Amino acid sequence: MLWEVDIYPAHGQPDLIAGRVAASAAELGLTEDLTVRSGRGYLIQGDLDRDQVTRIAHELLADRVVERTVVAPVGDAALAEAPEGHPRLIHVLAKPGVMDPVAQSALQAIADFDIDAEAVRTLKKYWIGPLADDRLDLLCSKVLANDAIEQVIVGPLDFERLEFGSPYVLKPVTVPIRNMDDATLRRFSLEGQLYLSLTEMQTIRAHFDSLGREPTDVELETIAQTWSEHCSHKTLAGRIRYRDSRGERQFDNMLKETIFAATVRIRQSLGEDDWCVSVFEDNAGVIRFDEKYNVVFKVETHNHPSALEPYGGANTGIGGVIRDPMGTGMGAKPICNTDVFCFAPPDTPFGEIPPGVLHPRRVMQGVVAGVRDYGNRMGIPTVNGAIYFDPRYLGNPLVYCGNIGLIPREKSFKEAKPGDLIVALGGRTGRDGIHGATFSSAELTSQSETVSGGAVQIGNAITEKMLLDVLLVARDRGLYHAVTDCGAGGFSSAVGEMGEKIGAEVWLERAPVKYEGLSYTEIWISEAQERMVVAVPEWRWEELSQLCESEGVEATVIGKFVPTGRLVLKYADHQVADLSMEFLHDGRPPVVRDAVYTPPAVEAETPPQKATWDYTDELLRILGSLNVCSKEWVVRQYDHEVQGGSAIKPLVGVRNDGPGDAAVLRPVLDSRRGIVIACGMNPLYGDFDTYWMAASAIDEAVRNCVAVGADPSRIAILDNFCWGNTDRPETLGSLVRAALACYDVATVLGTPFVSGKDSLNNEFRPEGAEEPISIPPSLLISALGQVDDVGRCVTMDLKQPGNHLYQVGLTRREMGGSHYAWIGRRAGGQVPKVDAESAKRTFAALHRAIDAGLVRACHDLSEGGLAAAAAEMAFAGGLGARIALGTVPHEIDLQEQADDVAVLLFSESNTRFLVEISPENAEAFEAMLGEAAHAMIGEVVDSGKLEILGPARPIPDGEPGETGTPLVVEANLETLKEAWQKPLRWPAY
Amino acid sequence: MPQPNVLILRAPGTNCDLETAFAFEKAGGKAELLHINRLLENPGLFERFQILCIPGGFSYGDDVAAGRILGNQIQHHLAEQMTRFQAEGKLILGICNGFQVLIRLGVLLDRDPPQAPPVTLTCNGSGKFEDRWVRLDVQGAKCVFLSGIDSMYLPVAHAEGKFVARDEDVLSRLGDNGQLVLRYLPLDGQDRRGEKARSSCDRDFGVSCQVPYPDNPNGSVADVAGICDATGRVLGLMPHPERHVDPTHHPRWTRGEAGQLGDGLQVFVNAVRYFA
Repeated sequence: MLWEVDIYPAHGQPDLIAGRVAASAAELGLTEDLTVRSGRGYLIQGDLDRDQVTRIAHELLADRVVERTVVAPVGDAALAEAPEGHPRLIHVLAKPGVMDPVAQSALQAIADFDIDAEAVRTLKKYWIGPLADDRLDLLCSKVLANDAIEQVIVGPLDFERLEFGSPYVLKPVTVPIRNMDDATLRRFSLEGQLYLSLTEMQTIRAHFDSLGREPTDVELETIAQTWSEHCSHKTLAGRIRYRDSRGERQFDNMLKETIFAATVRIRQSLGEDDWCVSVFEDNAGVIRFDEKYNVVFKVETHNHPSALEPYGGANTGIGGVIRDPMGTGMGAKPICNTDVFCFAPPDTPFGEIPPGVLHPRRVMQGVVAGVRDYGNRMGIPTVNGAIYFDPRYLGNPLVYCGNIGLIPREKSFKEAKPGDLIVALGGRTGRDGIHGATFSSAELTSQSETVSGGAVQIGNAITEKMLLDVLLVARDRGLYHAVTDCGAGGFSSAVGEMGEKIGAEVWLERAPVKYEGLSYTEIWISEAQERMVVAVPEWRWEELSQLCESEGVEATVIGKFVPTGRLVLKYADHQVADLSMEFLHDGRPPVVRDAVYTPPAVEAETPPQKATWDYTDELLRILGSLNVCSKEWVVRQYDHEVQGGSAIKPLVGVRNDGPGDAAVLRPVLDSRRGIVIACGMNPLYGDFDTYWMAASAIDEAVRNCVAVGADPSRIAILDNFCWGNTDRPETLGSLVRAALACYDVATVLGTPFVSGKDSLNNEFRPEGAEEPISIPPSLLISALGQVDDVGRCVTMDLKQPGNHLYQVGLTRREMGGSHYAWIGRRAGGQVPKVDAESAKRTFAALHRAIDAGLVRACHDLSEGGLAAAAAEMAFAGGLGARIALGTVPHEIDLQEQADDVAVLLFSESNTRFLVEISPENAEAFEAMLGEAAHAMIGEVVDSGKLEILGPARPIPDGEPGETGTPLVVEANLETLKEAWQKPLRWPAY
Repeated sequence: MPQPNVLILRAPGTNCDLETAFAFEKAGGKAELLHINRLLENPGLFERFQILCIPGGFSYGDDVAAGRILGNQIQHHLAEQMTRFQAEGKLILGICNGFQVLIRLGVLLDRDPPQAPPVTLTCNGSGKFEDRWVRLDVQGAKCVFLSGIDSMYLPVAHAEGKFVARDEDVLSRLGDNGQLVLRYLPLDGQDRRGEKARSSCDRDFGVSCQVPYPDNPNGSVADVAGICDATGRVLGLMPHPERHVDPTHHPRWTRGEAGQLGDGLQVFVNAVRYFA
């Protein structure tokens, strides 16, 4: 019997979901006055009577204080009784095979009643008011359901049983590639979603030719996974011939010769004091923290899945990156998350959205909810992030997720040994996420949803939390030799990597599956979430198994590492694959690419047409621009304090709502030592010169750390390149150029890269379009700093009237790619450069001053320049500021024109800070800054206003030679703050 | 001083266990983390402890509803032990998800049949999870945990913390019994719990006297942030006292606003001293 329990808000209780649906429908331009009634439901299958189901409904499923229930067998008229004025009934159910954790939990809880149910599924139910048919379809596809994972059923449900797959019958498949010609190979690679190049396919053909046999399907899949861009980074770690105006340079391994090389050089110069532990080797970079612990950091992207299903994509993005520290060394404890997103503007008109693309507002809401639900449930604080907006992210949003972990120093390395059992831990394997690794190499099109729907995964954070809980106990008891996560490529990558130097035999039928019917290939390449693989010595297996069982975590022996140098896969004793590890890991033909960089034609800056010297309006527009404005709507939805170590929160100031530069937390509760987490990124600069974009991102990430008190000689950074299609030499050239900047700046600053990741081919081809839309070059630099004592950290909010304000660092005429240019739609100008030598001195000097307790507030100058920073510090502190531009330290050839004012106010020159110093500490501060450029430019006042005076200029109609300093910005704190808070102050969602 | 044994109950998805244990230890207690499965196997384990704390987190993912599955488990398999624990004069503390579990269990209130629970914690009025700091008015005369505390400044971090009573009668009974021990206060300026405001709230728990969002962060009826049972030995609250046991936990410590100790520490100290 199939029962349905529907649950609705009780009379007088708010229907929050209905409100949300109506608001989304209005935002998307579907209809302004939609009325909806919403409910949720459970389908319960089993030999149950009405009393039993009613009891379950009342005592378990519904909250009887605020909800009412309808209980009936599926098909009963009671379930289809429309509320008045809402005749249309829509059901939304997860597609078969999509994770439904609530249903699983409900099934277990029903067992606690001593009631025996067979299966449970959840559903959502909507009753829709008057709406035209075509609008109804749109409402279903754009608001109520996502076709990638959900199905819509209009009208009453009419099935009698829940479907759960049927048993799998072994059908070994071999693929006759030895006779395929090149055209067929090419087509096969694409249609089979292998996404390998022709050269790679030819290499595989030759390999099997030499073996005198055809490959099996799972052998091809294994090779495709291992050779995928996602797993092997073949482009950037490959051979590149790079040409720019200075000539040609050949790279054998571009990443190794730029990013890694910087780290190698820095480590050499540190000598005995080298605090890098394991870099670019493991799943995350490892650095020294204190006497007992190391910290590890990894940032990943999950762009393509998030484009198709924002919630699931971001959910599994954060879930996946959390497993990186868990799979580093012998397993680190995750201590905080970071997230950085790039979207198209959320106010993009509905009519401009191409087919197959989700509206950016929906993408943003889904992504934020996905990160929120996973991070919060895992109990890991999400403490730092940023959001950038650009129309070019429309079909291809970017979702960067990071995680930092803490690991005992002696647990920082691992090695699987021959004879170790291959043990799968955690979640079960299902059809979710098939071809995720290879799919990330493909261009997104309007058809991606249909072709690659299987690549979308839905996470279950609690499964991962349970796994984490037992993993750390097992680690401390020494129950395994090595651990790694099942990320892209699933078991295929995890076992392949761990057994690369040994050899492995895997018994696929033993892997626990979510439902019947999975083929051996699906089991092997599934990217189902929440799984890890450990290498367990046989004599430890019993203890590990008991430990896992004691907390309800599944642990299964699925194979053994054997010293054969081969990867052998079996299904029920039938051998389905036999590959040499050597061919798998070293057989890929090197990717050789051309890269060209041609500097864009230098465009003169368009001078502003201004009649007055007043820039208040420009400042307000910069504060209200999407990149600069408050992200409180996002930040508050993340638990940023769980684990109890929060020391500087993401939002600071007198009302807890100012934009902090970096977060600080104490990962060890009985210690004062802290880590500092920040980031730097500016895609707008990439349109000018990716070299200076990369340099600026590093400077920004480091200066954010320094601004709160981090020691600049102990900051580690990570690179995440998200680029367009690097098959185009110009696109690859712009990336190589950014990597060269990474080497140059990191080396001088002494700031090593410890981990990184790239995501290429971020392009979207709208239906019928010839040319794909490429994202702008998007390099995220994430920084991990350290402080001896969190009690010496500072925040950016102004503290005390009468205190002095100093600008540290020089302002230059660098308006290219600035937000001032952006709000005025002005092209041209010089993009901000970095003088790394001087930056190093400035960071060190400012750090000494902060460490000595001389600094009351400090904020970095970035988007919007000095004016935006001053405004933010003022309204965050609830105090006014009075600043004189004539005293700003600069290197500008002043023209005594309104334009000078704009440069002093809004230039985005790097390595600058605005710092609050009490008068009694001014002398000491100046002495400590020494050679580093600095000058007192104003003071904190109790006026409730930000007032900025322009540089001296002749007074119109004044005496000859008479000058004055006109007010160029004057605004109340409320006005400034409102402009900054308004754009993304979204209601509930 | 004898050191009471504190049972920090873990379940799948519990995630504030370590910092809660740290807070109890800092207060002088001896904290031990125990998985619910151990208690289900051996309910006698309860006897070793003087204090039971169900910490924050997302037990069983908050699937179905926050705290529902764990509450259901305890109700079906450990109800007797819970009743005895309470009757023996021991202490029970539920923080955030733990409060949600206690509400489902009914140990905070007179035991109504499970079909008709008197109060609930439901989805925030804002419709979303939020992490923010709140000021709390403490009327804890009868509550062991809140002895000597007038007000606290603590963070909340939850999606389902809106306190709703079945009816006016339940609410006024709780009020009359002095069980509405923690109430949200306006963040700004003057302490608005002047005599006048207080008395009007005491007369009428209607929506009209609510502290507006976001100072009442979830729309709780009568601004209720936490309640104790009739004995004062069981406390459930949505805010997280374990997240304010160090001066640098305070969101404005860099402005000199934090005290020597975090506001939340006294809750744990009170519990430990009760057994001194």
